[in-house]
Amino acid sequence: MTHDDDRPEAPDAWHLTRRAHLHHAAALATGCVGALAAAHQPGPPASPVRVPAAETPPTLMKLQFRVNGKPQTLMVDTRTTLLDALRENLAMKGSKKGCDHGQCGACTVLVEGRRINACLTLAVMHDGQSVITIEGLSAGDQLHPMQAAFLKHDGFQCGYCTPGQICSSVGMLAEARMGMPSHVTADLQAAPGNTAVLSDEEIRERMSGNLCRCSAYPNIVAAIRDVAGARA
Amino acid sequence: MRAFSYERPASPTAAAASAGARPGAKFIAGGTNLLDLMKLEVETPTHLVDINRLGLDTTEPTAEGGLRIGAMVPNADLAADPRIRQGYAVLARALLSGASGQLRNKATTGGNLLQRTRCVYFYDTAKPCNKRMPGSGCSAMQGYNRMHAVLGTSEQCIATHPSDMAVAMRLLDASVETVASNGIKRVIPMAGFHRLPGNTPHIETELQAGEMITAVTLPPPLPGKHIYRKVRDRASYAFALISVAAIVDVANGRIRSARLAFGGLAHQPWRVTAAEAALAGANAGEAAANAAADVVLSGARGFGHNDFKIPLLRRTLRAVLTET
Repeated sequence: MTHDDDRPEAPDAWHLTRRAHLHHAAALATGCVGALAAAHQPGPPASPVRVPAAETPPTLMKLQFRVNGKPQTLMVDTRTTLLDALRENLAMKGSKKGCDHGQCGACTVLVEGRRINACLTLAVMHDGQSVITIEGLSAGDQLHPMQAAFLKHDGFQCGYCTPGQICSSVGMLAEARMGMPSHVTADLQAAPGNTAVLSDEEIRERMSGNLCRCSAYPNIVAAIRDVAGARA
Repeated sequence: MRAFSYERPASPTAAAASAGARPGAKFIAGGTNLLDLMKLEVETPTHLVDINRLGLDTTEPTAEGGLRIGAMVPNADLAADPRIRQGYAVLARALLSGASGQLRNKATTGGNLLQRTRCVYFYDTAKPCNKRMPGSGCSAMQGYNRMHAVLGTSEQCIATHPSDMAVAMRLLDASVETVASNGIKRVIPMAGFHRLPGNTPHIETELQAGEMITAVTLPPPLPGKHIYRKVRDRASYAFALISVAAIVDVANGRIRSARLAFGGLAHQPWRVTAAEAALAGANAGEAAANAAADVVLSGARGFGHNDFKIPLLRRTLRAVLTET
């Protein structure tokens, strides 16, 4: 089953909510006042304050991208975050919504090979790109080495942060292999391109964007150290 | 989040023209701060201009021996760039001390300069805030102000600028290149890019409506030891209480030249050239650090919870100058 047709495709198939309609109507009523005020404003610099312009009605856009290697086509409201597109439109619930503000890392996915917070980016910004989620790391029944290491080292308790931890650590090891430094890297001048040596301190610093409320950190670090060591 | 229309223009000039033509428009780069604020309806753009695929993501040498960093170069890539690590270590250090690995992969050079304050009252739409809603009052002045400014404040706003990168850019005398909505390009020195709050805390930079950052240019590298010391509530992934960026050139225990810039103190990256002048020729050590701190902290004022920033700045500056 595909999820491509989960959402209505034609703009006339959706409806303004009553609240949005009222906002829109009120904004139209004040729109001309806003325009007059703007014309008399004393030039630069720009004020970022809310402009009483007409509100925009919800906008649907077509999005085509690859998720875990599979092409997907969606119609999404422009407000849809990448995380919501994955979870709600594609029913891939592996990526978790923790804080929804980029503070916990539970939503971490790999976009074009880089780890990012899926909650702080719009789905439509990733048209044409490739996304890997926790569902796409294993090869069939063959676990990704990082997944296997998290099991082996018991790198979780409740498991809610685990998909984000695993995706983040996979992205982090790729960064280290490219020689990217971190806040605790002592020598910035060490020949870039050399694999950064991942001490426990380096692992903890590089993984600080992933919180674990069960505080499974020692075992998470052990799992990552295991995989990093195997590849070094 | 309020609804918005979205476009991906073909060029920087087209992006600026489009944003300038629509009063509710905003640029979106990495989006890591903008979307955070849009979810809370602190930011309510009606149109987003996505500037991610305009080719502004490379760093090139300049004829003067510096570097021109495209506005869309991600913070992670900039910190890892060998030229930055070698010639501008203070910038690499500042970048690496900010945010998380995931955020640095997405956050951009231009966007980082335009981060909004993390003042809790700016974020709370149920509270007065002159920055979010001009004329509504400042909740922080008598409220919880531990993270707030002690220098350059006004009766309207005591918010700080949250960026680490901007502090290093200010130290390095970087310049911000822009294109306006009418296509005219200009260069704004970092020294004049961020504004003090005054009576208009909602206006944070010199950018005009629709004006877009295209690059940040660094002058040639400076000799001396590059240091970025950030003091924060936890060891990683936290905003600065205060930070000190320094380039100090010491020979035989004597300071030949010193540059200092500070984060967490004010509404803009803070730099006091008189304090740098006080250091030139002095013996590196506690006395010189105290003299420089006196100059930096002249006129400093705490608001209760943030009083500690004043002695903390003095001690941190001492630590930095004895590290050289």
